[in-house]
Amino acid sequence: MTEKPLASKTRLLPLVVLVVALAIWLALWLLRVFPESVFPSPIAVAKGLGEELRTGRLLADLVASLFRVTTGFMLAVLLGVPAGLWLGHHARSRHALLPAINFFRSLSPLAWIPFAILWFGIGDVPAIFLIFMACFFPVVVSTLAAVASIPSVYFRVAHDYGFRGLDLLTKVILPAIAPQVITSLRVTAGLAWLVVVAAEMIAGRDGLGFAIWDARNGLRMDLLVAGMIVIGVIGMVIDRVLLRLTRIPSIRWGYDG
Amino acid sequence: MTDKPLSTREVSVNFGAIEVFHDLSLEISQGEFVAVVGPSGCGKTTLLNVLSGFLKPSSGSVTYSGRVRMVYQHDSLLPWRTAAQNIALGLRDLSNEAERERQLKEMLRLIKLEEFAAHYPHQLSGGMRQRVELARALAGDTDILLLDEPFSSLDYLTRLRLRRELVRMLEELPRTVVLVTHDIEEAAQLADRILVLSDRPARICRELRVTIPRPRDLTHPKVVETVHAILAEFGLEQDKDLGESVRTRR
Repeated sequence: MTEKPLASKTRLLPLVVLVVALAIWLALWLLRVFPESVFPSPIAVAKGLGEELRTGRLLADLVASLFRVTTGFMLAVLLGVPAGLWLGHHARSRHALLPAINFFRSLSPLAWIPFAILWFGIGDVPAIFLIFMACFFPVVVSTLAAVASIPSVYFRVAHDYGFRGLDLLTKVILPAIAPQVITSLRVTAGLAWLVVVAAEMIAGRDGLGFAIWDARNGLRMDLLVAGMIVIGVIGMVIDRVLLRLTRIPSIRWGYDG
Repeated sequence: MTDKPLSTREVSVNFGAIEVFHDLSLEISQGEFVAVVGPSGCGKTTLLNVLSGFLKPSSGSVTYSGRVRMVYQHDSLLPWRTAAQNIALGLRDLSNEAERERQLKEMLRLIKLEEFAAHYPHQLSGGMRQRVELARALAGDTDILLLDEPFSSLDYLTRLRLRRELVRMLEELPRTVVLVTHDIEEAAQLADRILVLSDRPARICRELRVTIPRPRDLTHPKVVETVHAILAEFGLEQDKDLGESVRTRR
C-alpha cells in the first residue's frame, strides 16, 4: 500500500497512456470504424464538455449526484459502523442477523430500483435509498470482520491500563479497526458512485446519470461521452480523497505492516 | 505493604478435564526477582494470568498488594500510539499533567529512546519495541512486574542486551518481578530465585537461589552452574554432581 517516491519520468507514465488512448480514439474516428453518429470525435466531446460547463448544467448535475452519494454513503457509514461494532460484540445477535445481512449484501442494489421509484418517486430520495442499500451491508460486514480480528492482547492491555466503556470504544476499538474500515470505505464509496449513475438514469430528473441518459435520448453522443469522462474523473478524485485518510500517522500502521 | 506482596495458596487450575496446576503455593518477597522455568505447555503463562488476577483459579487463593503490570510475549504496544503515547498509558492515573510529562521524559531517558518518542511501534526495531513495553509497565507506581517471555521474539544478541537493560532499569526503579521464560540462561542471569516447574499438572519440582549480584555475566561460573542444575532437572545434562554446589532446595 505504501508508494516509494517515484522518479519524475515514472510519474508521467499515466499521461503517456492518456495521450496514446486519445490517439487511438482519434484514429478509430478518422478511420470511421463506427458510423459518426454513434462514435463522437475527441474534439466534439471537448466542445460538448465546454458547452455543458458554460451553461452550468454540468455543475448542477455534478452537485446533484455528489449530494446523493454523500448523503447515502454517510448514512450507510453512520449506521453501518455502529451496527458492525454491535454485532461484533454480541455473538447471539450476530448469529441471528448475519445470514440476513449476507442475503442483502449479495442482492444487487439495482434490483431495488422498481421499489425505490414506487416508494419514493423521482429525485433525491430514491437515489439515496439505493446508495444506502448498496453501501450499508458491506460496511456492516467489514466492520464486523475488523472487530473480530482485533488481537486479544489489545483488550488485555486496555484492561491493564484501565480503559473502560466509552474510553475502550474510542481509544482502543475504533483506532484498532480504523485501517480495515477505511479500506472498506474506499471500496464502498466506489460502489456508491456506480450506483448513483444507474439510479439517476432511471429515477432521476438531474444528476450525471440522468445527463448521459438524456444525451443518449437526444442522440448527443458527444455529451454522453463528456458525462462518462466526468463520472470517471470524479470517481478517481473520491478514491484519492479517501486514500489520504490512510496517510494519517495514527492509521498508517495498518498499511505499512 | 506486607513483606510478601505476592503469594498463592494451594492454587489449582483446571481447563475442563485438564489439570494445569495442582495445589501450587508460592510466596514472593518484596523486591525479589523470581523466574519460573518449565517445559513448554506446562502452564507458565497460565500461572502469570492467575498471578495478575486475569484468570480465577479453580481453587485456592492468590493475594497481592500493590499495582500489578504485565509485559506480554507478543507485540502488545498499541500500534496507533507513538512510543511516548504508549508509555503514557502507564501514567494514566496521574492527574497532574506536568508531573506526567516529567515522568514520561524520565522513562524515555531510562530506555534511551528520547529521539524515538514520536515514532510509531511499526517504525521501531523489535528490541526498541520491547524496551517501550518495559517502560510502559514500569511507569507510574507499579509494584509487581509480571514478564511473560518478554524477550522471546528477539534475536540472541538483542536478547542479551535487553537483559542488561532490564537489570539497569530495575536498579533505578526497584520492583518485585516474576519472569516466566523457557530461556534457562535468562532465568540464571536475572533471577534471585528460580522455580522449575514439572510437566502438567505443574508443580514446583525444584527451587534454586542465585545470590551473586546483578548484572551477571552469562559466563559467570555461578550462572553456568545454575544453567547446568536446571538442565539436569530436565534430564538434559549428563553430570548430575556439578549442580550440587548451587544452593538448592528440593
